[in-house]
Amino acid sequence: MPQMTNERVLSRLREEDLSLLHEVSMKTAGVSHLEMCIQCGTCGGSCPSAMDMEHTPRMLFAMLRAGMREEVLRSNTPWICVSCYHCVVRCPQEVHIADVMYTLKSMAIKAKLYKDSTAPHFSQTFVDMVETYGRSFEFGLASRHYLRHFPLRLPGMAPMGFGMITKGRMAITPKKIKHMDQLKAILKCASQLELTS
Amino acid sequence: MNKYILYPGCSMESSARAYMESMNAILEPLDIHFEEIDDWNCCGATEYLGINLIPAYSLIARNLALAAKQKNGTRTVVAPCSACYLNLAKADHYMQERPSLGAKVNEALAAGGLQYTPGTLDVRHLIDILVNDIGLDAIRNAVVRPLKGLKVVPYMGCMLPRPDYKNRWSDHEHPTELDDLLRALGADVIDYPLTTECCGGHMTQIGPETAFELIMRLVADADDRGAHLMATVCPMCQMNIDAYQNEMNHFFGTDYHMPILFFTQLMGLAFGREPDELGIGTELVSSRNALANIGVEVPVTQEPSAPRKKDEGLPMPRRWTKQEGKKEAVK
Repeated sequence: MPQMTNERVLSRLREEDLSLLHEVSMKTAGVSHLEMCIQCGTCGGSCPSAMDMEHTPRMLFAMLRAGMREEVLRSNTPWICVSCYHCVVRCPQEVHIADVMYTLKSMAIKAKLYKDSTAPHFSQTFVDMVETYGRSFEFGLASRHYLRHFPLRLPGMAPMGFGMITKGRMAITPKKIKHMDQLKAILKCASQLELTS
Repeated sequence: MNKYILYPGCSMESSARAYMESMNAILEPLDIHFEEIDDWNCCGATEYLGINLIPAYSLIARNLALAAKQKNGTRTVVAPCSACYLNLAKADHYMQERPSLGAKVNEALAAGGLQYTPGTLDVRHLIDILVNDIGLDAIRNAVVRPLKGLKVVPYMGCMLPRPDYKNRWSDHEHPTELDDLLRALGADVIDYPLTTECCGGHMTQIGPETAFELIMRLVADADDRGAHLMATVCPMCQMNIDAYQNEMNHFFGTDYHMPILFFTQLMGLAFGREPDELGIGTELVSSRNALANIGVEVPVTQEPSAPRKKDEGLPMPRRWTKQEGKKEAVK
């Protein structure tokens, strides 16, 4: 009976220092099943971008179990994850791997422990746009992001940007929702809850 | 009359305008009525979830709360964008699976006078309602110009069939919904094993080399299989494969030309609509030659002219591989 096996595994785990593992698991949306990882490596073997990762998901989860907080939060792995959910549907233990990666990203941002700021800045710029307008604003996002992180890519991308604008696929002014005040009130309350949880 | 609540998502108003136009063009022949969620906001894409958990889920849940308040004879919310679909479905699912998350999100929603009980709504993707509610027979009956002779690879993308909280899809890795639909339109559907492989998502913005590799696999395989074009169900996939194909070609030293259209654009064509009513021509990798195979003429639009490279010069291998920075001639 799988239920009994899970119980046995859990009781053995409680004897080790699993505070980091539990912290990550608790901060993850839904029930992460992170504690159930059996280190089979199906996740890394299924990952389309594993070749660019410093640690495969399996390795990262072993490091979590070993309490290697700083190494985990410095790893580029969560930032290379493309959220394709291949590993998630293949994981025999049903670990919510992609959601654990989101948790690790937010923990790395809060601890300021990421090495390359490109990805965190992109996420933050996107969120800034959404918090200001309620909608995504691609032109503002792209121009701010590329000027900051990929200025050398801009000449090569100019025809593409020009094409997007002339074909009416990228507006140069943002769209704002009607009840921005309501959304701001919700997000403000949510941010306070985030701090206390 | 098939009534649904629509969550369009930000892309449908900008980069995927063609998706919106072509979707609207197929509603009437299939007797579908969409009512847009009033004052919906961005779903946060894959960015917000990686920053703050509760604000991210509250942002998504505001849309669910608004939709539940507005529901008018239907409890089904339709999202045409795979990322929006997944985020809405995910918030609904996790608010239920983790009641403490649900309670906190509702506390935040209350600050804006809103509330959402998870499970109130059914979150579904556009292709799901077309194939499973409207049905392939109704679609087949609406076809007046079969796409016979058009070789299409069906590209489902990753976020639609996975993680699939409600078991809606025929398979997580090789679903056949898009194949079946395109076949109903009369197209020559090519078997495409990479159908649910990732297009790179936001990696085109933050780690272009990773993204180019993923785009290359998809485009090269579609090309090897003799496809005229790819059909997609997702604005992100369309954007990455269409708008970044040129940069990807430049990166690898290749010269692929693989157009990618939204499946609704192909439906519109099969239903007898004209290309300019369906946003055809707004793609950066032109589908003009591909559509000539079915006798559809796409009006020439003013293409932005990229600086042309001289043909003469040193002979270069066709494809570069990025491993070890070494060049390798393939093909």
